[in-house]
Amino acid sequence: MSLPYVGEYREGEAVARVIAEIRRVATRPWTIMEVCGGQTHALVRFGIEELLPDNVRLLHGPGCPVCVTPAEMIENGLQIAARPEVIFCTFGDMLRVPAVTGDLQTVKARGGDVRIVYSPMDALDLAKRHPDREVVFFAVGFETTAPANAMAVAQARAQKITNFSLLVSQVLIPPAMVEILKSPECRVDGFLGAGHVCTVSGFAGYHELARRFRVPIVVTGFEPLDLAQGILMCVRQLEAGRNEVENQYSRSVRPDGNPHALELIHTVFEIVDRPWRGLGVIPGSGLVLREEYREYDAELRFSPDYVAATDSELCQSGLVLQGRLDPRDCPEFGQRCTPEHPLGATMVSSEGGCAAYYRYGRHARTSGTGKNVRP
Amino acid sequence: MCLAVPGRIEEITNDDGLARSGRVRFGGVVREVNLAFVPEAIPGDYVIVHVGFAISRLDEKAALETLSDLTRIFEAEDQT
Repeated sequence: MSLPYVGEYREGEAVARVIAEIRRVATRPWTIMEVCGGQTHALVRFGIEELLPDNVRLLHGPGCPVCVTPAEMIENGLQIAARPEVIFCTFGDMLRVPAVTGDLQTVKARGGDVRIVYSPMDALDLAKRHPDREVVFFAVGFETTAPANAMAVAQARAQKITNFSLLVSQVLIPPAMVEILKSPECRVDGFLGAGHVCTVSGFAGYHELARRFRVPIVVTGFEPLDLAQGILMCVRQLEAGRNEVENQYSRSVRPDGNPHALELIHTVFEIVDRPWRGLGVIPGSGLVLREEYREYDAELRFSPDYVAATDSELCQSGLVLQGRLDPRDCPEFGQRCTPEHPLGATMVSSEGGCAAYYRYGRHARTSGTGKNVRP
Repeated sequence: MCLAVPGRIEEITNDDGLARSGRVRFGGVVREVNLAFVPEAIPGDYVIVHVGFAISRLDEKAALETLSDLTRIFEAEDQT
């Protein structure tokens, strides 16, 4: 028996029929961007992009929180992780992201106590078990992960755990969508909204964005059938000249999101301007701990030295993140830049556009279809 | 990063506010999951779980509607 809510969304025949419908309704060229690394990964992994007609093109936006975490922030992490009293906890995909002086893996190899955890609550448990150590969690993520990080801090306070702190690199998706749409180079006709981001945040705020920039936004799930249906809904709107917010992923996403999660996020965090790797500072796009919770801020607790960072001159991940460069058109792609030796973050995380193409799509390119985007 | 998977609540093991948690089955694996953000979810419900936290209760009616929207597309195709 297939797993409910998964199996029926992976039916190959159903996906093929939705794709056929996309081919039928798409009469003009359209470019659709998704802003979620999970969707990027699934679109490339399941080969959906290759099945689409040539006039429906997908761009993979800044949907990977690991990829958009500035190198300066990772440098802060490296310094904190190298301290002898610290147990530095992180999700696995952060371990090999290059900053200036190395990566977390290097710190670990030199004796730093760097540990991969599944949840920030695992880090909090470590703090309880090691009262003589300082446990720091690298809180990287979008709206989806913010409730978990907020809960870790709230629980630390409730349980009076003082040897726990967060290195916060939380970012918000809608301001990044605005940034992309504002650019004169913008090529995006429509968006797939990130299903799990919207599960937490809802999509009430997307209506103004859709109106202001005249783009349809279809909140979409992660299974092949979800993605194909989301693209179909978006193409239908584009063909009809509509710019509305629609919800393909209604089994998980409510218009107002998850009110319990949002309440805790806003209790613990406040919104600030934040730099994104490859995109620069985006107004109102980040979360930091509120004044009342600053004692759990690892940056304040350990005051790491500021290390200015510039990405490799060879790396064009900024253009990739904005949908202005197809990873496969980068001269370094698969040459000097591979997941084993990444030049930039979009090749490191499995959810980065470059890594997804390297893993699944590098041999499957359709040639001469005009699908390639150049800056 | 935003990977989240559906699982079925087997039992509620702690019903206390922010610590609300339960045992959730993902295929053959059962894990303890924080259920504070889905206070309405009860055993038998499916929830979407991200880094140890349920972030929504799956709405069966909405799921069926999504699939029936597709069926309508297919029926329309078959008639043409």
